[in-house]
Order: sequence, then C-alpha cells, then structure tokens
Amino acid sequence: MKPMQRLLQLPVSAVKLLKPLCQEEGQSRMLSPEGGQQSWYNAVQPDELKLLKSSAAPENQEEDPAESGHTQPIRHDDLKEMLDSNKDSLKLEAMKRIVAMIARGKNTSELFPAVVKNVACKNIEVKKLVYVYLVRYAEEQQDLALLSISTFQRGLKDPNQLIRASALRVLSSIRVTIIVPIMMLAIKEAASDMSPYVRKTAAHAIPKLYSLDQDQKDQLIEVIEKLLADKTTLVAGSVVMAFEEVCPERIDLIHKNYRKLCNLLIDVEEWGQVVIINMLTRYARTQFLNPNHNESLLEENPDKTFYGSDDEESKQEEMDTALLPKRKPYVMDPDHRLLLRNTKPLLQSRNAAVVMAVAQLYFHLAPKAEVGVIAKALVRLLRSHSEVQFVVLQNVASMSIKRRGMFEPHLKSFYIRSTDPTQIKVLKLEVMTNLASETNISIILREFQTYIKSQDKDFVAGTIQAIGRCATNIDEVRDTCLNGLVQLLSNRDELVMAESVVVIKKLLQMQPSQHSDIIRHMAKLIDNIMVPMARASILWLIGEYCEHVPKIAPDVLRKMAKSFTNEEDIVKLQIINLAAKLYLTNSKQTKLLTQYVLNLAKYDQNYDIRDRARFIRQLIVPTEKSGVLSKYAKKLFLAQKPAPVLESSFKGGRVVTHGDVFITVPDVGVSEWTKPSGREKRKEKVEKPFYSDSEGESEPTESADSESPTASESESMSEIESASDSRSDKESDEETKSDNEKNKKKARKEKSKKRDESEDSGQSEGEEKTVKKRKGKEESSSASSSSSSTSEESSSENSSSESEEDSESDTEKKSRKKSSTAKPSLRALEAKQKEISLLDLDDFSSSPTFQTSPSPNTSSKSLNLDLQGLTLTDTTVPSEVVSPSLGAVKTYELLHRITGEGLSVEYCFNRRPFSPDHTMVSVQMQFTNNSETELKNLRIGEPKLQAGMRMQGFKDIAILQPGQVAADTLGIDFCDSTQAANFQLCSQTRQFYMSIQPPVGELIMPVFMTENTFKKEQGKLMGMNEIKEKLTLPEQFRSDQAIVQRVMSIANLGRVPCGLDNEYRFAARTVSGGALVLVTLVTKDGGMAQLTINCEKMVIGTMLVKDIMQALTQ
Amino acid sequence: MIHSLFLINHTGDIFLEKHWKSVVSRSVCDYFFEAQEKAGEADNVPPVIPTPHHYLVSTHRDRIFFDYFGECTEAAIKDNVVIVYELLEEMLDNGFPLATESNILKELIKPPTILRSVVNTITGSSNVGDQLPTGQLSNIPWRRAGVKYTNNEAYFDVTEEIDAIIDKSGSTVFAEIQGVIDACIKLTGMPDLTLSFMNPRLLDDVSFHPCVRFKRWESERVLSFIPPDGNFRLMSYHVSSQNLVAIPVYIKHNISFRESGSTGRFDVTIGPKQTMGKTVESVLMIIHMPKGVLNMTLTAAQGTYTFDPVTKMLIWDIGKITLPKLPTLRGVISLQSTAPKPEENPTISVQFRIQQLAVSGLKVNRLDMYGERYKPFKGVKYVTKAGKFQVRT
Repeated sequence: MKPMQRLLQLPVSAVKLLKPLCQEEGQSRMLSPEGGQQSWYNAVQPDELKLLKSSAAPENQEEDPAESGHTQPIRHDDLKEMLDSNKDSLKLEAMKRIVAMIARGKNTSELFPAVVKNVACKNIEVKKLVYVYLVRYAEEQQDLALLSISTFQRGLKDPNQLIRASALRVLSSIRVTIIVPIMMLAIKEAASDMSPYVRKTAAHAIPKLYSLDQDQKDQLIEVIEKLLADKTTLVAGSVVMAFEEVCPERIDLIHKNYRKLCNLLIDVEEWGQVVIINMLTRYARTQFLNPNHNESLLEENPDKTFYGSDDEESKQEEMDTALLPKRKPYVMDPDHRLLLRNTKPLLQSRNAAVVMAVAQLYFHLAPKAEVGVIAKALVRLLRSHSEVQFVVLQNVASMSIKRRGMFEPHLKSFYIRSTDPTQIKVLKLEVMTNLASETNISIILREFQTYIKSQDKDFVAGTIQAIGRCATNIDEVRDTCLNGLVQLLSNRDELVMAESVVVIKKLLQMQPSQHSDIIRHMAKLIDNIMVPMARASILWLIGEYCEHVPKIAPDVLRKMAKSFTNEEDIVKLQIINLAAKLYLTNSKQTKLLTQYVLNLAKYDQNYDIRDRARFIRQLIVPTEKSGVLSKYAKKLFLAQKPAPVLESSFKGGRVVTHGDVFITVPDVGVSEWTKPSGREKRKEKVEKPFYSDSEGESEPTESADSESPTASESESMSEIESASDSRSDKESDEETKSDNEKNKKKARKEKSKKRDESEDSGQSEGEEKTVKKRKGKEESSSASSSSSSTSEESSSENSSSESEEDSESDTEKKSRKKSSTAKPSLRALEAKQKEISLLDLDDFSSSPTFQTSPSPNTSSKSLNLDLQGLTLTDTTVPSEVVSPSLGAVKTYELLHRITGEGLSVEYCFNRRPFSPDHTMVSVQMQFTNNSETELKNLRIGEPKLQAGMRMQGFKDIAILQPGQVAADTLGIDFCDSTQAANFQLCSQTRQFYMSIQPPVGELIMPVFMTENTFKKEQGKLMGMNEIKEKLTLPEQFRSDQAIVQRVMSIANLGRVPCGLDNEYRFAARTVSGGALVLVTLVTKDGGMAQLTINCEKMVIGTMLVKDIMQALTQ
Repeated sequence: MIHSLFLINHTGDIFLEKHWKSVVSRSVCDYFFEAQEKAGEADNVPPVIPTPHHYLVSTHRDRIFFDYFGECTEAAIKDNVVIVYELLEEMLDNGFPLATESNILKELIKPPTILRSVVNTITGSSNVGDQLPTGQLSNIPWRRAGVKYTNNEAYFDVTEEIDAIIDKSGSTVFAEIQGVIDACIKLTGMPDLTLSFMNPRLLDDVSFHPCVRFKRWESERVLSFIPPDGNFRLMSYHVSSQNLVAIPVYIKHNISFRESGSTGRFDVTIGPKQTMGKTVESVLMIIHMPKGVLNMTLTAAQGTYTFDPVTKMLIWDIGKITLPKLPTLRGVISLQSTAPKPEENPTISVQFRIQQLAVSGLKVNRLDMYGERYKPFKGVKYVTKAGKFQVRT
C-alpha cells in the first residue's frame, strides 16, 4: 500500500486521510518525517523507483521485529545500499531513518562503515546527520572512526570560520583516545584563531578532551590561560566553563582577568553568565574579606551571624580576638565592590539560573545591608516552572535561616495553595516557619490553621511540626499553640492526632508543671491512639511527669501491662521505662505490675527488649549483688531532661545551582572565606602568576593580618559543625532509633575530619577542647558502665561519645554556653543529668534530649570516681597536655644489691602523669630481691624532704620472695627544683637511706600548642626569661630525626609544629608549678645552631640549656 | 552539565533519547518511575531526583517545540524526530548550553511549515539552513541579519494575572499581580525601539529579555531595545502586594455536609466586582471535592458543569457574566454513607479573563523607533486573567 501512495504522488492531506486505515503506515511515518520523505521522493529518478519499491516493501515487513529491539540484517542491507548510492536524496533518507532509530535507543552500530564513508558528503544536511551518528558510535568503533578524522582535519583549515568551528566541535566530541594528540593540536591552533567563534569552540573542546585524557591537563591549562585573556564576550563564558571543569584550583589564573570578567559579564550570553558568576563567587570568597565579619563578631544574636556559627568556637574566637589589637574598620575592596555592582542588573535576567547565581553571590558576598535586593528576584522566580520553584524554595529555606529579615516583607508570597505539589508545600512551610517572629506569628498561625484542614495528610503532619517549631522558638505563643494542638488531639484522622501527640510531648517538656491537665488528657487518649510513635510518646510523658499525675500513671501502666504482648517494640520499651519510673516513685502500688512487665519483657522476642528488661531490673530492684548504680537509680531515671529544640533541617545546608540543574548539598568542602593571601600582592605585580593559594591555607605566623587566620580557622570549624548538624537532621531523626544509630555513624565520620581541623586550630580552642574531651570520656564511661557493657574498649567508647557530641545540635551548644557560666556546685548534678538523659534516651528512642545533652563544663566527681579513675587535666591551661613523649627511658640505680644486702632498687622517670596528683613527677621503682631470704614489710620511712616537697603513692610491700621483682610508682613533687628527695626505705630489719635527684628534663611535661600560640607565649617570655646559647652540632646529630630524638630523650618535651625546615620547637610545663618552658633550636649551615629557651623559672631554663647542649654535642 | 535527555510519555515509554557525553543507560529512568509510583499524582513527583551518578531533573517544557511545530505532543515529536534531534544537537555542546535563542535556532534549522514543505516538495531543498548561523557572531545574537517585511508591524500584548487567596469570609488574604509584555515585532532591518509607560513607578520588580538596555531603564524608566524578530517576551513584571489589588469577582459559597445522613448542600454564586466597567469572560470554576463525595446533583443557572466521580473534580464552565442575572450552581452532594463526614471544605479555583483591562492600571505611553526610516504599524492590547486565584471555603 505504501509504495502505491508514493507512486500516486498523493498530496499530504490524502496520505493523512489514509493513515488510520493502516497501522503500519503510522509507524513508518514516524520514521520518515513527512517533509523529508516527500522531498527525496520527488527528486528520485524513474530508474531508482525500482530500488525504492524493493526497499519499501521489506521495511514494512520487519517493522514489528524492529520494535522488539532486534535489528534485522535485511534492513541494514537496504540502508547500506542507499548510503552507497551517489544520490544525496537517498543518502539523506537513509540517514534520517538511522537517526530516528538512534533516537529510539536502537543499536545501529553495524552500519558504521557505510555511514562513515559519507562524512565527506557535500550535502550539508547529510553531513550533519552523519556527525550525529559519528559522535554517538565513535567510542564503540574506534578504528573505523579514524577514517573520518582526515575530513575534520581538512575542515579545520577551511577559510570559513563556521566550518572550522563545526569541524573542531565534532572532532572533539569523538571519544577516541588515539586522536588525543590531534585534538590537542587542533585546540591549540583554534585557541589562537582569528575568529572569536572558533576560539569559543576551542574553549568548549577543552573539557571534552580533558574528560578523555586527564594527562593533558598541563597543556590544557596553558590554553585556558591564553583564552582567559581573550577580550570578547563570546569566549568568556565558554573558557570559564572550561576553567571550572579542568582546573578550578588554579585561582591564580583569574587574578589578572578578574576586572575584565566583571566588566564583560553583562554582555555574555546567559549560560556563560551563570558559569562566570559561580566562579566569581568562589573567587571572591577566597580572595576578599568577608564584609559581614565584624557583624558576626559583634552581634549578640547568634542566629544572625554570617555563618550561623553560634557555637563555642566563635565565642572562643571572640575571646581570642579581644586579646588582639582592635581590628580596623572594614573597608570593601574596590574590586569586590565592582563585582557586586556589575552583577546587580543581572537579577533582572529572564533566566532563572542567572538570577539564582546572582542571588547566591549576593548572599555570600554582599554586606548585610545590600543582601535584601535579592529577595524580590527570588520571590519572582517562585512563579516559574515547578522544578525551578522547588530549587528556589530550597535556597530560600536555607537563606531565610541566616537572613530572616530579607524575606519577611514577602511572607505572603509563601502562602500555600491547595494546588501546590506536596514537596512545594513542605518547603513553603519550612520557609514560613523560619520567618516566624513575634510580630508576624499571629498571621502565620492563622494560615497554619487553614492548612490543618487540608486533604493532604503529609502536609498536615508537616504543618503540625511547623506549629511545634514556632511554639518552641517564640515563647509568647507557646500556650496558644499548645492549646491548638490539644484540640487536634480530637481530630478524627489518626495521623494528625499522632503527630500532634509527638509535638505536644516536645512542647510539654519545656514547662511540664503547668500542664498536668494536658498530660491527663493525653493519658486518656492512649485507649484510642494506635500509632506506635504516639503511644510511645504518651507513655514517656506519663513516666516522665508521673508526679503530676500520681493517680493516673499506675492505671495506665496496668492497662499497658495487659496489652504488652501486642504492642510494637518501641511502645514496649516505653512501657518498661514507665514501669521503672513508677517503681522508683510509687513502688507500693506498682511493684507487682513492674515485676510482671519485666517478666513479660524477659521472654520477648526482641533482644533489645530483653536486654532492657534485664538492665532495668538490675538497676532498680535492690539485691545484694546490685552495685553502686542502684543507689543512683532514681537520679538516673528521674533527672530533669533538657527540652528539645526543634529547628530547621536546612540549617547548615547550602544549595548550589548549576546551570539549569540545581542541587542541594550539605555545607561542606565548598570554598569558604579564607584568608586573602596573594590578593594583596596582586595589586603590586599584576602580570606575574602567584602561588596558588588553595583554600584553607592560612599562615598564622604573619602578624600583619593576624586576625584572619583565627577567623578562618574558626569558620572552618563552624562549617564542619554545621555540616554535622545538617546531617544529623534532627527533625526526622528524633523519632526512630535506627536513624539515631545512623546519625552516630555519620557523626563518627565527621569526627575524624573535625579532629584534623582541630589539630590546626589547637590553641585558640585549646580550652574548649580539653573540656570537650573530658566530657566525652565521662559520657562514655558512665554510659558504658551503666549499660554494663564492660567489654568495650575505652577507645571505642571515646569515639562513640565524641561522635555523639558531634552530632549534637547547636541548641546543645547554646545550653553549653549557658552552663559554662554555671557555678561549679551545679556541675555534679548536671553531669548526672546528662548521663541519665543519655541513658533514658537510649531507651526512649525519640532522642530530642539526646541531642540536647547539656553542659560541657561539668565534671561529676562522684560518678567519676565511682565509675572510672579518670584523669582530670588542668582546665586553666590554655593548651592541651599531650601524651608524653616516650623516648628512651633511662634507668637509675637507687640501691645496689651489695649495699642493700640482696635488695636492689632501680628507678626511672616514666614520664607519665601521676594520676592521683598532677603536680607530682611519676617515678617508677623496681625492687628486686637478690638474696636467699624473703624480705618483709618494705615501706618508706621518714622522708626528709625539702620544704614544700611531697611524696605520695608508695604502697608498702608485705613480702618480697627471693628472686621476685616488684614494681611500684611513686609520685614526688619536686617543687620544680632539682633538689634531691631524700627518704628512708625500711625493711623489717634494716633502713636504707635513699636519694632521688631528678634531671631537670624530667621536671617538665610536654604540652601541645600551635605555632601561633607558641609565638605568642614566647613573646611574653623575653628578656630575663630568655636564654640563648650557640652550639655546634657534631656530624651525627645534624639530621632532623637525630636532633629531635636527642632533645626528647634528655627532656620531657612536646614537639610544636613549625613551618621552617631548620627550626625545631618544643614546649613543656613544669610539673609542679605549671610554668611554660619553650625550647627553640635553629640550625644553620655547617652544624652551627642556636638554642633558645624561654622560661620564667630561670634556674630550670639554665639547667635545661646545659643539659640539651650536652646531649646535642656529645 | 546535561548528560542525557529522555523523553517519556504517559504510559512510561521512553520514546526519545539523546546523549551529549558518553551514553547513559536507559535504566537511570527507573529511579524516576520509582519516584513516580511513590508520588501517586503527577504533580507530586519530586523535580530533582538524586541517583548514585546523576541527578535526574524532570521538566515539562514546550516553548521551543511550540515555536517549531505549533504543538508539543508525542505524535508531533515522533513525526519530526529528526528535526528535534538536530535541534537538540545545536542547543547543547557536551552538555553545556550553546544556543538556546529561538531566533538563532530557526536560522540553523528551519521550522517545518506547510509552505516550506510544499516548497521542499517542489525544489527538493531541505530543512537545514544552508546559511551559516551568522547571528551567533554578531553583537546582538538575538536578531537575525537581513530581515525584510512588506508590512512593518509592532504589537505588544500586556497580560496581567491576578494571584490571590481569598479566605472563607471573602476578605483577601493575599493578592498580587504578575504581568508580562509579549511582543510580536515584524520590522525590517535593525530598528531600535523605545517603549515608555505612563506610570512606570507602578512596577515593583521586573525582568527583561536580554535585548533590553538595563541602564536606560535604571535612569529613565523606559524600555530601549533592538528587538528580536518575531514573537518574544519583552519583560515580565510584578506589582507588589503593597498596592491594593482590585479583585474583579466575588464568590458567595455555602458548602456543607450534614452531620447525620449522607448528603450535603452545595450553593455557589459568582458575581463581578471592581471590573471597571468591563465584562468578565471565560469564567471557569474548578473545585476539588473531598474523597468522601460520591456524586453531585446540581443545577446551574448558567453554563454547564461536570463532576468526575473518580478524581472528585467539579468543573463549572460559566462563560460570560452578564448582569443583573448572577450565575449560581446549587444542589445536593451525596456522600459515602459509611465514611465519616469530610472535615475539610474544598478550595475553589477560579479562572476568568477581562479584555481591554490591565488591572494594575499600567499603560503604555508611546513607542518610538530609531534607526530605520519607514513608519511601522503599532498596537497595544491589554488583558487581565486570573492566575492562581483561589477561594478557601
């Protein structure tokens, strides 16, 4: 039928009429577009009609098998024949069919040889289609693809710029490794082409070549450098795109082109603008000072700081900067201003990606007063397509956390329509919640009221959570919100009811005493609510506040005991929890019930529940064996838990856009403000390339801009903090235990990063860190012992506890800040609370309290001693005491076996902190009985110590068998002098006079500090406190290793990192007095060296110089 | 960077794929299908789906295809698959946008028109322009060189949409006006146009076609531009919610469900208000009824209504509102007897159109042309429409 039509030359309309008659016809039409078909057909000569007929017939036949994914050889023969013919029209028809097949995802690679031949075809349309084919299949048929290369090479020399460009474009799209050199050559040539269009194409080709062969990077960078200097708008966008793809780290290439790019920006085409703006944002953040930096330091409200770094780092930083000379008022770099001025008009672009890019630029770079201009533009984008809307809202959500005021006038634009898709609704809710403040809360709540009636239940649940968040953030409306939520408890929809219960639970935790009626109301609900999470929440509430509902609580427990076996695991855990709490407060009524519940739980299928039951039984039911903990059971269970803080999941997240594709990423790893090094120099020598100042590089020693290092350090810290915040995703995680687990894991990963970070920033946060570590240890120790998992290694405990800490939210940090001012008398109590809350939250899987675990600055002595002999470091020291350097330990003889009549005593300084008292030097003693008789009752008698000296820790040895060796550690406070400690060692028969004289190197212990702190401290210890000595190093001590080893062996020093090769720095404190000892050794050519010691105790200094000199020269 | 494009039809078949870098397997689309299944409704599919190696971005766009084929359907794309492919090839290079300006594309690949297909049939020429894309080289990439018309015309359509949320009691919760000025310019040569408004201060936020000179807008509040050839969107603007927005219609509604029994009452009336003497046309009301509604028996005083019991969508097509008779729709709602009474009341979405009125009061003052000698024919048309106009009940 089809050939018939063709022969009859039916007009198009007639063919259309016939179409419904034949299904096959429809399909083949799809393959051969009407216009094309007509055109080639008309040009066909009669002698070719035969061929056509024969080719058209099989086409119809094999249409069906082709649909099923297999291509038939028959068809390909026919296509090949057409391609081989010398008529362009036939070739064109064949190519059109092939391209149609490619478009439908069919494999046509068999035709490759036949198609490639036509690459040199004169007809421009055939040529284009051949290019399409070639680019698609060249990777699979590398050898054959080479046949086409010469055509392109010829094309590259064509006098017409457009042909040159298109040849380069196709050539670079062919992914064949062999032609890499050819491509490289072509790109290089094209980069210096006269036509900007060809140069643009060259820029486009660069990332293609780079993705094919990364080894070409260096050469490509040269080309990029050259193209960056280009002054035409056409090239700018493309070359910056290439720059971002190939070498985004080579910021130095931008320096000399920066102003030009800023000025060209407005005339570049849209997509180029997007790329350039993003790149310039990154550039400016690494090269200019943060315009809002002062503000973030001065502002009281941490929520409004530029980085939202409302944690202790910034506080610490404040303290640090307070010490520094007053900072200069901020003056914006004129180049920075240029960027802001030139990008502003682009907010008016019709292209959403451009607007978004400018908005991000302004958000990060503009002074606070000017950021507001982007709000309007962003609100305008909200009317755009749904995917744009989605991404814009995500951006607005994270921006609105930091800059609430900016969007407040546009609040109404975020009102939700019933026709919005769910994800848009949720995002709008998020934004509205972020914008809520005392002034607008009533309007917002009225809106929320409407939303609660929506048909979309997920959205309603989201609204309830939003109300909860508003209520926690704004005290004035808490009661209103609470009342509203209580009304929702009678909602017929169970999901709504359950969500309300969960939110109410969180709110009640803030002020439970006033709301016992609500708790009572909720207790009644337990009969109706079936959603496990809600049931668990209610049970927890009743247990927690059982003293407010003394009558109802036991009754609820009774009901729950009855239904225990049918409950979900999470509810069961809460029943056990409730039982335990009631047992502790009201054991008369509930003793039997508790026993019953625990017995049921004992045989539960879930091992968590069995474990919990066993653990609780041990803890609360007093038996002879029950340990110290049951004494504290009440405190453990009924401690006051801090209320959770509900906050945005967008906190800390940042959104990155790329062209039309937008991605949300957590706030890590992307360039942040760093110290503008190199930029200063830029102005002096514009032409020369600078050393690459990669991000994070900061040299704290440069005193000229000493404020920036601390700033950047703390910022990077806060960045990581906030990253972990965003990951921990509080809102959602609160509810399920498994999430909680995940959280920990994530946080653990985070931790390692953080540690690296904190290593750098050492001194500035030294204090905080010690505190934190200590806290971590306490937590872990208490947690582990209370859950009786004694097998855990302390290291793992540490890591887990630290990770917990990391996953803690900002809120916790706020509380931390508060509590750091709390009086020490409160500490013990608080610490206990913390332990308990951890514990409790472990069993109550909703972990708001867990995340808000309180004060860091607490050290609970009682628990500490009960649980583990923890070493407490001196918190007043602004540097951390590090594990001592265990160099070669030298042993001294105290008593020879002959004088000791068989008893020999040796001692050594083991360089460990003496745990009971940190001001003592730890001395390890070793007693050996070389005699034939046993020695009895070895003890220390009548120490004749110098004034102020103390000795401690020697335990009497009752019996020392012949040949037996006993060891003990003795702590001696030498008062930072090298005076010997004299004492008597008494055995049952004799007395030996003994004397331990410490070398000065043992009277100190190493401390860790950063280079910066070292310098600062050194600055304080000048003049009389500084001792300098020149020395010549012998040949064998000239290597780094030898020097360090010699120095460390003679004195218990800690190494301080140092940027210079020929300088060695060590730091320590005297054990007793805590005076700093700073040792600097500078080596020079020929083994010359200068030793400097700064120490306020001149005697120690002098003696140490002597000792070290001796150690290094002999 | 856009790696690949898959076109998917309603039944979930991929009917076109195009790769700009190396080939990405079709199986990535499974993520999309999965999300689609989860979402239920088409609207609720998240627009951005992250997958292990790629981000899937789903979009609904038809602008460029409208320019070419007048419609954007599966059939249209299938019929013109080669042209689509050629277009896509030109638009992106290695996943980076190259030429998205419709004017340039049209120069590269000519759209299929009936006239051209006839011409092609006779001459045997092809759709691919044999000229090279010179526009890309010029300073004004949006305009082709050598445009020629016998009738020189410049038309501007000022279209304003009212976005509003009206609450239960009839007071306006939120209202703003979003406007666009679409232009259809058929002028010979390189005309330089200047469009000025009577009251430019009205405009709160604007965005322009790249051809508009931003500096002059900043300083003089006039639009100065060398226009692209043909249809394009000159600017879009926003009249802020601070200005009082005249809401041209009011709706009286009474939708209630009886506590006992399985019926409810439905009574809706729409009337004009603040229309500045113009008639309200093409009025349409869409109401998404709650799930519990089984059927509705209504009588419309004007127009026709349909109720789809599956989607629970009530559509009332009213047409023109002529005073003094007000269109009403009233009747009985039958509910599922077992299900509890729906708590929520449905939202009413309204569509309407008012000719010859820009509700914001924006007026074009004059259009001047420089650079060419002839006198063009000029025209401005105003229309006001309902945008996202919702009435909560």
